[in-house]
Amino acid sequence: MTATTPAGSPSGPPPTAPATGAASAAGASASAGGDAGHRPPAGAGPAHTGSAATRAVGWLALASLALLVLYGLVISPADREMDDVVRLMYVHVPSATYLYLGCFITTLASGMWLWKRTPGWDALAETGAEVALVFAFVTLLTGSLWGRPTWGTYWTWDARLTTTAVLTALLVGYLALRRLDVDPDARSTRAAVVGLLLVPNVVIVNRSVEWWRSLHQSATLARIDPTIEGDMLVALMVGFLALGLVFTWLTIHRFRVAWLEQQADRVDLDAALAARRAEAADGDLDSDPHEKVTPA
Amino acid sequence: MWRDATLVAGRDLRVEARSRVTVNQVAPFALLVLILFAFALDPEGPVLERATPGLYWVTVLFSALLAIARSAKLDEADGVRDALRLSALDPAGVFAGKAVAVAAELVALELLLGAGVVVLYGADPAGVGLLVATCAAATAAVATAGTLYGALVSGLRVRETLLPLLLLPVLAPVLIGATRAFDAALGGVPADGWPWCGLLAAFAVLYSVAGALAYGTLLEGS
Repeated sequence: MTATTPAGSPSGPPPTAPATGAASAAGASASAGGDAGHRPPAGAGPAHTGSAATRAVGWLALASLALLVLYGLVISPADREMDDVVRLMYVHVPSATYLYLGCFITTLASGMWLWKRTPGWDALAETGAEVALVFAFVTLLTGSLWGRPTWGTYWTWDARLTTTAVLTALLVGYLALRRLDVDPDARSTRAAVVGLLLVPNVVIVNRSVEWWRSLHQSATLARIDPTIEGDMLVALMVGFLALGLVFTWLTIHRFRVAWLEQQADRVDLDAALAARRAEAADGDLDSDPHEKVTPA
Repeated sequence: MWRDATLVAGRDLRVEARSRVTVNQVAPFALLVLILFAFALDPEGPVLERATPGLYWVTVLFSALLAIARSAKLDEADGVRDALRLSALDPAGVFAGKAVAVAAELVALELLLGAGVVVLYGADPAGVGLLVATCAAATAAVATAGTLYGALVSGLRVRETLLPLLLLPVLAPVLIGATRAFDAALGGVPADGWPWCGLLAAFAVLYSVAGALAYGTLLEGS
């Protein structure tokens, strides 16, 4: 994640609007929905990515991860057929679920951005894709580690695996587009079109790949025992809870970083504009402009 | 809209006819790729024959990337983008025109590559109807999706590297569908190929609509 200097940090200018701590931080998403043309004064909004609420989520995530370790590795029994490898499922299945949730967030936020043009949606679209990519890597890694002892191979051209691989490539492409150093509005528009097509593309890829594989062989992936029960079910549920909290925590924080990045861009732009205006006000346009640029 | 599309397609094809980039550079490149595949896979053995549909379409996709990048680049120089914006041409028509021009170039490439695989790989074009239908649907799919993604990266300094990264995963279903359909037409049961042809057509329709809707936003927004 990019280290952004928050406007309210000790080295920055004092906030012109009184920051109200956690309340203003929690209001980030609300003010994100505000008028795009109206620029909030520098320093308004959250000055940190953390707040009391997210700290609570963070601690809960850590606690539930500890619980997941306890349930996944100690309490739940080894599977009759898959042995200890089944324990990877408690991470793998929730990761895959949250991967798709992140993609849906990106597509939804991209559509909303194209419609409403408010910067919060843009930040949310980027957030969804980035967090989804993290979960994509977790999904692919745990899936490969699971496949080696179970299928005897790290990779097989199963429909779900292939879809996830193509989806990862789509996410990488989307984020590459987002990283470009061009005009932010143009970049957001282009990224929003790609983001809007993300879920439709995944659906097409999934359909075609499933069809493709079904012509050659029956599904490789033995379904997880649907009668999963007892401690294993509890462990899977704990996995969903723990990774869900991690997902939430990452999403909130990444969203705030994206939001602060946008604010920082604006602060820089405003400072540059103010410097130019100060020059013009001096009426001293003939002299070397570089000498006149002083922090306002 | 259709009149605008004709205008834009005519312009793109006229530029192509005068600059001859596709004829002089993209087409030889495509044939070269076919020859390189023969070096990589033993041309006397059964591997090349079995892989012919896949190699054909991979070559088409790689050549299409060049044609699409070229088509997007036409609008970058000399403020053409601004001129298009000011011209009151329907953005959907501009999109359709550019896609048609790319499709025309792709059809020429596919014919050339078709002759190439018949001569070089000894392919036997049996199910002609299915082959033609597959080419038509796949060309429309590649041209529409390519024109949209070409507009997405146009004007960016990194467009040459970003376009394949964005476009190739999107075109993965086209590669699968076209290859399966060609497989069916060349060696298998042609009836197996028609559903794939349908998939390609659906893809082309989806991207035609998406491109026509998004092109105005992209033209304005950059």
